[in-house]
Amino acid sequence: MTSLLTRFQSGDRRALARIISHIEDGSPRTPALMGQLYPGGGKALRIGITGPPGAGKSTLVNGLAKLLRDAGNRIGIIAVDPTSPFTGGALLGDRVRMNEFEPDGTVFFRSMATRGARGGLATATGDVAVALSSFGFDITLIETVGVGQVELDVVDACDVVVVVLVPESGDSVQTMKAGLMEIGDVFCVNKSDRPGAERIVADLKLTLDTRKRVDDAWRPPIVSTSAQTNTGLDKLYAAIFSYLDFARESGWFETHRREQAKKTVVTLLKQRFEREFVERLRSAGEFDSAVAAILEGKTDPYRVGDELYERFTTGRESVPQSRV
Amino acid sequence: MTTERKIRVLLAKPGLDGHDRGIKVIAAAFRDAGFEVIYTGLRQTPAMIVDAAIQEDVDAIGVSILSGAHMTLFPAILDELKAKDASDILLFGGGIIPDDDKDELEKRGVARVFTPGAPTEEAIGFLRDAVARKKTDETLM
Ligand SMILES: Nc1nc2c(ncn2[C@@H]2O[C@H](COP(=O)(O)OP(=O)(O)OP(=O)(O)O)[C@@H](O)[C@H]2O)c(=O)[nH]1
Ligand SMILES: [Mg+2]
Repeated sequence: MTSLLTRFQSGDRRALARIISHIEDGSPRTPALMGQLYPGGGKALRIGITGPPGAGKSTLVNGLAKLLRDAGNRIGIIAVDPTSPFTGGALLGDRVRMNEFEPDGTVFFRSMATRGARGGLATATGDVAVALSSFGFDITLIETVGVGQVELDVVDACDVVVVVLVPESGDSVQTMKAGLMEIGDVFCVNKSDRPGAERIVADLKLTLDTRKRVDDAWRPPIVSTSAQTNTGLDKLYAAIFSYLDFARESGWFETHRREQAKKTVVTLLKQRFEREFVERLRSAGEFDSAVAAILEGKTDPYRVGDELYERFTTGRESVPQSRV
Repeated sequence: MTTERKIRVLLAKPGLDGHDRGIKVIAAAFRDAGFEVIYTGLRQTPAMIVDAAIQEDVDAIGVSILSGAHMTLFPAILDELKAKDASDILLFGGGIIPDDDKDELEKRGVARVFTPGAPTEEAIGFLRDAVARKKTDETLM
């Protein structure tokens, strides 16, 4: 039987979908799989859409996907919704706004549950974007959870971030200090058919003027849209690409991608060290006795940490191999 | 990293009747059972449903049909699954469906037709069993 990867490489959408599931489930073979997908995995542009719940993110993604497709692109979409911490289940509803695309292969939409991650995306979202790019999609649109938490993961997963606000967000613009204001390369005031739109645009301008950005010279444009009636989408589209032009010319695009690659490697290393270390600790059976000693006041967490670190890193610890 | 495989289910409402209360209740019950539920909304055609199910890599498609068109819609979805080489995706559903039609549909390949008033636990149990029994001969690389 032909392998999933072979079918993936010959353009089989079902195989792409199955491979995404393997990535999400994080099987022991995922690293080898990613090794096959990484060539070509960074070709696609990644556009992130974030903002409060119900702001119209999915409706905008739908509209943008249409414009991008009409311009001749193949579009991958990842929409993330929260996993219930109590049941592990998730209700993924972003597809409801995405029903106009005829099944002709130019658009691929995948809903993802956060599965415990708390930065607005799922842990596997970046790798799924790699898979979509490797499959041949030109642009990936990524919609974050939107539950109002600080959703900064999108910065590390995308080349450009659109922050979506609505007239009702008006009162909170000044107080929205940590997070949203800093990560937007483009701001979109959606539902501008509703009262209060001009005010929030003015507030936003004021707030953004006093902010310093890493990529110094860029001043994030503010675009008013009404996604429901398809108004202003062309301006949003233009704003996104003028940022990308700026980023390319200034070298920021490259810098950003390099930083992202660094972070990915560091994250993988951290996970691995943590897993190994904690496993060794547990199997050595010292964890419980150390904790007991701390509670009895004989030692403290810092000292225990130092001692264990010392022993494990110098390799003098004789942990029975079979139990590791 | 999750090791246990999640059950993924697509819920759709094909046809023209516009009541989605029932299917939303089921969606919430499935979520509470630990499933990942993809809700696609109203007025889906069989082609759209199957295309979505493939992209989302679901184990099963659940549809609710109240319009009386079940004898055309269920078979149309089955045909579409076959055409897309995706018949391993289970199809189940519910609605106002007479017993004779239920038997006929299950004979034709619908994994299970639930009658109105069937407790959601029944559907949850059915899905858990059916997904556990699914076999795959696929190789990754
Ligand atoms: N009045 C108005 N309503 C809109 C507009 N854009 C979207 N909506 C409506 O707002 C609601 C939420 O839209 P979504 O696109 O689902 O919003 P979202 O940000 O993706 O929501 P979550 O993913 O749940 O956070 C829907 O009922 C839309 O029809 C708009 O421009 N004007
Ligand atoms: Mg949404």
